[in-house]
Amino acid sequence: MIRLNIPMTDEQIMNLKVGDVVGLNGVILTARDQAHKYFIETFIDSEKIPESEAELHQTLCEILRGGVIYHCGPIVKTIDDRWEFVAAGPTTSIREEPYQDRVIEYFGLKAVIGKGGMGARTLAACQKHRAVYLHAVGGAASLIAQSVKEVEDVYKLEFGVPEAMWKIRVENFPATVTIDAHGNSLHQKIQEESRKILEAYL
Amino acid sequence: MREKEHSLKTVKVFNPREIDLTKHVLELIRRTSTDLPADVVSALEQAHKREKPKSAAERTLAFILENIKLAKANSTPICQDTGTVIYHVYMPFGYSMLDITAQIHEATVKATELAYLRPNTVDSITGQNSGNNIGIGSPTIEFHEWEDETVLQSSLLRNSLRIDLMLKGGGCENVGAQYSLPNSELKANRDLEGVKKVVLDAIYQAQGRGCAPGIIGVGIGGDRGTSMLLAKKQLFRKLDDPNPIPELADAEEELLQKANTLKIGPMGFGGMTTVLGIQMGAMHRIPASYFISIAYMCWADRRGSLFYRDGRISFDA
Repeated sequence: MIRLNIPMTDEQIMNLKVGDVVGLNGVILTARDQAHKYFIETFIDSEKIPESEAELHQTLCEILRGGVIYHCGPIVKTIDDRWEFVAAGPTTSIREEPYQDRVIEYFGLKAVIGKGGMGARTLAACQKHRAVYLHAVGGAASLIAQSVKEVEDVYKLEFGVPEAMWKIRVENFPATVTIDAHGNSLHQKIQEESRKILEAYL
Repeated sequence: MREKEHSLKTVKVFNPREIDLTKHVLELIRRTSTDLPADVVSALEQAHKREKPKSAAERTLAFILENIKLAKANSTPICQDTGTVIYHVYMPFGYSMLDITAQIHEATVKATELAYLRPNTVDSITGQNSGNNIGIGSPTIEFHEWEDETVLQSSLLRNSLRIDLMLKGGGCENVGAQYSLPNSELKANRDLEGVKKVVLDAIYQAQGRGCAPGIIGVGIGGDRGTSMLLAKKQLFRKLDDPNPIPELADAEEELLQKANTLKIGPMGFGGMTTVLGIQMGAMHRIPASYFISIAYMCWADRRGSLFYRDGRISFDA
C-alpha cells in the first residue's frame, strides 16, 4: 500500500499508476450531486461570488487546494454533540462527470474518490491537471467508516445529511487508482475487453 | 349446551387490530441493514475462493467479506446507501392496511433515528430531504392477501402474516434497464434466445457501477410497469431457490455462466465474478409488446422477512 498525505504534490500524483493501492491520510471533503451543482452555479459559472457564500468559498478553497473530494453520502450519528460516521462508502461517480473536470481545475484537486469510474472528460482533466481517480469498494461502508477518525465540520447541512459537505480526517483510507494522470483508465480497458466477449454471444 | 358454551370461551376471538408489529418491523430493518442473507454471504465466499490470489478481484471480495463481518458485529449498516425501502406485506383477510402502514412508518422513522437507515427521501420538486424516510410513495409498501397453508392446518386462527423487506441501493437501481423486443442492434428476437442477449447486454452496460458482483432480476412480459415490478420481485428469491419453470431454470444457469466470462469482476476491476445469480420470472403480455426488464441488485443484497404466526415472531433472511 502506498501511503499518501494530504495535501498532495504533483510529484506524488505522477508516481501513481492504475492498479496501485493507496492509503490516504489527512483531511478530505465529501461532495456529491448537490455539492457539485453548487460549485458550478455559485463559484465557477458565477460572475461574482455572492457575499453570503464568500466565507464558505474561502474555506473550501483552503481544504481543496492539493486536496481530495470524496463522492460519499454518509450515515452520521450524533454522540454528545459530536458527529460520527457510522457508514461511509462511496457513491456512483459517473453522475458528476458533467462537472468533475471543471471542479478539479477550479480548486486544484489532486484526487477524487468514488466508485464505478468516470468518463473521458475526467480522464482528460486528470492528465491535464495532474490528478487521479481513486476507487473505494462500493458497499463496504462500515469498514471504510473505520478509517474516518474525526468529523471536523459540515457545510450546507440544509442539502440533507447525504448531500451535505462533510470535512473529515482520515487515516489509511483504502482505495485503488483506476484513472491515473498518464491517461490510463482501468474502466475504459475493462469495458473494451468485455465488449469483445459480449459480441461473441450476440 | 353447557359444554359448547365452555369451548367457545376458551377459543380467543382473533382481532388483528390488537396486534402491534412496530418493534418487530424495527428489528427487521436492523437485521436487514446490518446483516446479509446466508445464501448471499455463501456465494461471496465461494467467489472469493475462485478468484486468483492477490488479484484486485480477490482483494476486493476479501474487503467485502470483512465489511460484512464488521457490520454484523457492530450492528452498523453494511452500506451507507440504505436505498429505497421496499416492503411486501402478506396478510390474511381481516387485517387493516392502514394499521399496518402506520406501524411500518413508525418503525421506519425510528430506524432512521437509530442510524440503521440513512435519511434518504428527497422531495423531487423542492430537493428537500424529509429527514425520516417518509414521503410521497416512501417507503414502498405493497399488500398481498394470502392464506398461509401451514397455519390454516395447525390452528383455527387465521393470524399469520409475513413482511418481506428489501433495501435497494441507488447505484444498482440506476443501472437497471428495460428492453423492447425485437432489438436489431443486439440481434435479439422475440424468444428466449433474444431475452438472454438483452440480459447479457444489461450486465455489460452496468459494468461495475451497480456494485458488482450483482444479482440480476429479470421480468419477461407484462407492460412497462408490471414488467419491472416482476423483475424486482425476483430478487426476493434465494439464490439457491430453483426456478419452477424449467426453461427459465436452464436460462438462469446459462446466463450465470456466460455473464461471469465477461471478466468485468467485482467493482469492475476485472475478474471471474461479475454476477452472483440470475433470477427470472415471466408473465403474459399483449401481442404488440415484448418487454424485458432488468433489476440489478448490488452484492449488498439486503433482504429479510418477518413472520408472525399465532403470536410468535421469527425472522429469516
